[in-house]
Amino acid sequence: MSSSHPWRDASLLTLPVMFGYLPLGAAFGILAVEVGIAWWAALLMSLVIYAGAGQFLAVALLAAGAGLVEVAVATLMLNSRHLFYGLSLLKRFRGAGWRKPYLIFSLTDETYSLLTTLPADRARDHGLAFRISLLNQAWWVLGSLAGALIGTTLAFDSRGIEFALTALFIVLTLEQARRLRRALPFVIALATGLGALLLLPDRHLLLGAIGAASLILLIHYRRQRVRHGEMAS
Amino acid sequence: MSTPTLLLFIAVCALATFATRVLPFVALARQADHPLILHLGRYLPPTVMMILVIYALRDFRPLAEGQLNAAADGWPMVVAALVVALLHLWRRHALLSIVAGTGAYMAMVQIGWTP
Repeated sequence: MSSSHPWRDASLLTLPVMFGYLPLGAAFGILAVEVGIAWWAALLMSLVIYAGAGQFLAVALLAAGAGLVEVAVATLMLNSRHLFYGLSLLKRFRGAGWRKPYLIFSLTDETYSLLTTLPADRARDHGLAFRISLLNQAWWVLGSLAGALIGTTLAFDSRGIEFALTALFIVLTLEQARRLRRALPFVIALATGLGALLLLPDRHLLLGAIGAASLILLIHYRRQRVRHGEMAS
Repeated sequence: MSTPTLLLFIAVCALATFATRVLPFVALARQADHPLILHLGRYLPPTVMMILVIYALRDFRPLAEGQLNAAADGWPMVVAALVVALLHLWRRHALLSIVAGTGAYMAMVQIGWTP
């Protein structure tokens, strides 16, 4: 792998995201134009907001004529799971230099998944992280633009192609399991994920599950410290 | 809606989204080596990944309302998810697993297959 072109390496890694982001971005573009947003505004949203669910929410709020405070609160709520992503990347992004602001800005679910599943010897390759992040946003922006401009005249029957993102998450979960060889995170995820599925409405599902999982990991950490007697003082 | 209002709206969305991404880096910049942060850095990614899988498959609820009751694309979703998982355990080729699973899902959805 190391002998090949750096951009080709990153492109291969982001290919599954491309299969998901192009159609989902197009869906966003189509929806935006349908509710009366200009094509350039839809493009601008994909460039400066860059959040899948967040942009669909923004379109819905725009169409409903929501106020700015309402928009800010709803967006913060919807995207607050990203807080936990940053927590686990604090050390990883250290030393990324000029790339760091963009790495943080472009931290979507899919980019986070790809970056945290890179093999250990490439985990500190900030150039690779940057290329992955940039390509992922490029797929999203291209999809949005195509959706906004070409809209519903797209002839290709792409129904079901968004499953690529589900498949990506499954593959990355298996890779994480192979690397870590510990059941703990997966048991926690099953408990909080299924719990949230039963107890929470759809829009709070991800935040609820990830928030609860972080809390359990915090408790697990404290118990481990107590067991090792490091909290004696 | 006037253009300045639209631009303001987009700016608010962009800032609110960026805020959720940048806050840990600003608030905890000096804590990167704290054992709790390292603990979360180790265990949170696999946990989140598995939660994202559950979230992505959430439309499949065969036991909702006490009867066999999968959503429209529920069964294709589960079959395709199994294709991805088994293929990946067998060959461990990420792109192959993803393309095969997605192809299987698209075929089932477009044909309208359901058991």
